Amino acid sequence: MAGGRTLFDKIWSMHRVATIDDASDLVLVDRILLHERTGAVALRSLAAAGRCVLAPRQSFVVMDHVVDTQPGRTDATMIPSGSAFITATRDAAKAAGLTLFDLGDAEQGIGHVISPELGIVLPGATLVCPDSHTCSQGALGALAWGIGSTAAEHALATSTLRVKRPKTMRITIDGALAAGVTAKDLALYLLSRFGSAGGAGHIVEYAGSAVSALDVEARLTLCNMATEFAAFSAIIAPDDKVFGYLKGRRYVPAGAEWGAALASWRDLRSDDDAVFDTEYRIDARDVAPMVTWGVSPQQAIALDGEVPDFEKVEDRDPRELHDRALAYMDLRPGIRMTGLPIDAAFIGSCTNSRLSDLRRAAALLRGRKVAPGVKAICVPGSTDVRARAEAEGIDRIFIDAGFEWREAGCSMCFYAGGENFGLRRRVISSTNRNFESRQGPETRSHLASPETVAASAIAGVIADPRGPF
Amino acid sequence: MQPFTALTAIAAPLIRDNVDTDAIIPSREMQSVSKTGLAAGLFAGWRYDPVGSREPDPGFILNDPRFAPAKILLSGANFGCGSSREHAAWALAEYGFRAVIAASFNPIFRSNCVNNGIVPVELETGAIAAIAASLGDRPGDHPVTVDLEACSVATAGGARWSFAIDAEARAMLLGGMDAIELTLTRQDSIAAKREADRAERPWIYLE
Repeated sequence: MAGGRTLFDKIWSMHRVATIDDASDLVLVDRILLHERTGAVALRSLAAAGRCVLAPRQSFVVMDHVVDTQPGRTDATMIPSGSAFITATRDAAKAAGLTLFDLGDAEQGIGHVISPELGIVLPGATLVCPDSHTCSQGALGALAWGIGSTAAEHALATSTLRVKRPKTMRITIDGALAAGVTAKDLALYLLSRFGSAGGAGHIVEYAGSAVSALDVEARLTLCNMATEFAAFSAIIAPDDKVFGYLKGRRYVPAGAEWGAALASWRDLRSDDDAVFDTEYRIDARDVAPMVTWGVSPQQAIALDGEVPDFEKVEDRDPRELHDRALAYMDLRPGIRMTGLPIDAAFIGSCTNSRLSDLRRAAALLRGRKVAPGVKAICVPGSTDVRARAEAEGIDRIFIDAGFEWREAGCSMCFYAGGENFGLRRRVISSTNRNFESRQGPETRSHLASPETVAASAIAGVIADPRGPF
Repeated sequence: MQPFTALTAIAAPLIRDNVDTDAIIPSREMQSVSKTGLAAGLFAGWRYDPVGSREPDPGFILNDPRFAPAKILLSGANFGCGSSREHAAWALAEYGFRAVIAASFNPIFRSNCVNNGIVPVELETGAIAAIAASLGDRPGDHPVTVDLEACSVATAGGARWSFAIDAEARAMLLGGMDAIELTLTRQDSIAAKREADRAERPWIYLE
């Protein structure tokens, strides 16, 4: 077939071991990440079958999902039986000879935050993790995707996976995002526009001048929500920003190998004449700060908008789902999103917990106070992010404003029977999922950027970070 | 893994889009480092009221004794979206489900189904509605048949639809096969590929 190759095609063919059938290939897996929520069960099952990890030095284990984030934490957890996951993971990782970033280690943190920090993920590499937000790491030009525990066992035992070849989609976003509009807003905008199954069956390449203009951390935010888009994963062609970000990190090649790697990485982009199965073009100027109103990430609207009336919007949801979401969220069509009273504000998660996220939130919080009655929490994405934020005095800004300043982890991005925001509380959150009871029993979650969360925490109502608030 | 060829069983309609894995098995229900002990937590947020209790909500389909023994689940688009937790598939399988018929599936969930002997059947919304309508008030008298060999779904009344499924997934399900075993038969080509790749991209190999 004529035509150039996409970035995905290049990485895929580099990793293909064999063609299984018309639809599927056996591909090499370069890096495996495991966390304590889903990793231990895979390692245990592997050991029970008498199998070994083929490439233990390329497999890394993190503690992020069930660990507490309160200062002075131990293996004990607020999540019932959480400590069993921690100790089982630690024991299984040690028995298998895998590199573990444990509680108390300087490298500890959310997998999708520490993998780029340590250079575990590399351009052109394949990386899998039994975690749906693995797609975040496509921001560095890797092919990184989420899998189940059984597939993780397969990857551990064979350094390969049997994978259905995804279709290719390119979303080109040209122009400049307006001031105050972030990668998070862009992700929510795409979901609102194309729906939460909009990327189904596809690997999504984000391209265009607005994407090139994003720094690496913002690209991680954009790619993070590809799983909310039902995509196989997302990827961005690596450029000098990525190479500069990676250089000198622990697992990044150094010396002569750096030069060889860099030369190879520079070819990692779609050819000019590459043909994609699906192409969309977006004008960055159409994107405004966004917030979700419902219980699916696609139920997102511009922050200065109103809760949509089913009759008035072009909506993918059947009427029943729309009404169900309104009832769950205790909202009516026509209510303005800004001004909606909140009970809590959360900054954290693999979507928005990196240093740049905290810096931007801190810039809004400096010298201000969280509104009375609002529970406000900031959970840095990694112990390293926390340390670097503290070195800049960002912790003081959060604490002085009335935020809790936590240890690193996934924390209240999800409710697992432990800490939560409380029955039917309304939360503005920098996380990625507004599903029913995701952050607490019948908790009402509104997804937004860290800036919007910070502004809302101060105002006590959902507020526009472009002010006044 | 238990092979799947064909199944005639009660179907339970839970027809809504975007049923996420947090809804299928809430994280708070995942209390042991194990693939079992999950059936009671299946759909816990919808199945019990108040949330967190074990009081059946009579409005939920699986609390209707006529549908409780269902082995086939009917649902909407983007079924299994959200978290990659395989516990969703383990919980469905442990409850007794062997097939899910939905308008579309999240890709990770679909693969988790295949790895646990659950057939993910993709049909158009209209066909799913017709199957749901065929169940009537006595679903036990109107069972649904999922035939993986013929790649078809049929109602008790004889209406029939074909579905498409990847050859790889179908073979795995029909044979009840272990993917790792299958792949290990290609050990030599994997080793050769890794050696060749090591020469091209030595920085990938950290041993």
